[in-house]
Amino acid sequence: MAPRIGVVTFPGSLDDSDALRAVRLAGAEPVPLWHANDTLDGVSAVILPGGFSYGDYLRCGAISRFSPVMDELIKAAGAGMPVLGICNGFQILCEAHLLPGALIRNDVRTFVCKDQAMRVESVDTPWSSHFEQGQEITIVLKNGEGGYVADQGTLDRLEGEGRVVFRYLHGNPNGSYRDIAGISNERGNVVGLMPHPEHNVDPLTGPSLDGTAFFTSVLDFLTAKV
Amino acid sequence: MARVVVDVMPKPEILDPQGKAVTGALGRLGFSGMAVRQGKRFEIEVDGEVTDERLEQVRQAAEMLLANTVIESFDVRVETPIEQATF
Repeated sequence: MAPRIGVVTFPGSLDDSDALRAVRLAGAEPVPLWHANDTLDGVSAVILPGGFSYGDYLRCGAISRFSPVMDELIKAAGAGMPVLGICNGFQILCEAHLLPGALIRNDVRTFVCKDQAMRVESVDTPWSSHFEQGQEITIVLKNGEGGYVADQGTLDRLEGEGRVVFRYLHGNPNGSYRDIAGISNERGNVVGLMPHPEHNVDPLTGPSLDGTAFFTSVLDFLTAKV
Repeated sequence: MARVVVDVMPKPEILDPQGKAVTGALGRLGFSGMAVRQGKRFEIEVDGEVTDERLEQVRQAAEMLLANTVIESFDVRVETPIEQATF
C-alpha cells in the first residue's frame, strides 16, 4: 500500500490542492487534513501548504500555528515524522518554533512571483534526498513575506549543522539572510522553504519538474521505513 | 473595566520594510528628517481590576501570540486608571 501523506487545509490556504496532486503524481496516497480537527488521520508525513491562512492576520502563520491540528503535528514532528512547510507552511513552522527564525516582508517591498533558481545544500533530509548535493534547481517562488531572518548565532548554527537545505542563486529575491531559501530542524525531518515545489511537477503547468524530487524523496523515505 | 495597551515593535536589528516605505513617502511629501519604524498597538479591555496577576496574564498573551519575540519586542502598560467599583 502506498504511504499516506497528509496536506492540511487552513482557512485561506491556496495551494493545498496542488500539494495533494503532487503527492498523488509522486505515487503516494494524498490525504486531505482539516486544520480544526485534532487528528492527523494516521498519515506518515504532512505538508503545510502555501496560501494566506487566517488572512495573514497578526503575522503570517501566527494564528494557524494554534489550530487544533497543530498540536498533533508538533507531537508527530517531535517523534520524527517528515513535515514539509511550503511558503505559508514555512511561516507556520517558524511561528510554531518547529523551525528557528522568522519570515518578514520582502526587502524589495513588493510581492515577488518568478521562477527562482536555488542550490540544494543538503540531501540529508527526507524531502531532499533525491537531489544531488549542490544541484541547481528552478522552483516557482511567489510571496510577499519571504525574507528569512534569524539572529547571527542561529544562522551560524544552521550553517554549521548543515541545516540550510536550499539557497537562492543568481540574486536574492526577498532579502533572506545568507540567501536562505529553506532550512531543516536539527533532526532533518522538518523542512520549510519559501519556493513552491508542488507547482513544478507537471510539464503542462510548470517550467521545470524540479519539484517532483521533494515528493519522491519522502515517498522513498517512507517506503524504506515500512 | 480598564485598558491595557501592548505595543509591539520590530527589533532594531530586524529590517522594517513597512517603516522604510512610510519614511520614503514622508520624504516625498516634504517631511524631511523623519525616520519611521512601524509597529502594532493592541488595546485590551480587561474585565475587573488590573492586578499584577492580570498584567502577568497579558504579558503571557503578548509573549505567546501578540508578538513574535524572534523579531519583535513588546511593552505592556495600563492606560487608564482603575475605576473604583461603586455599589
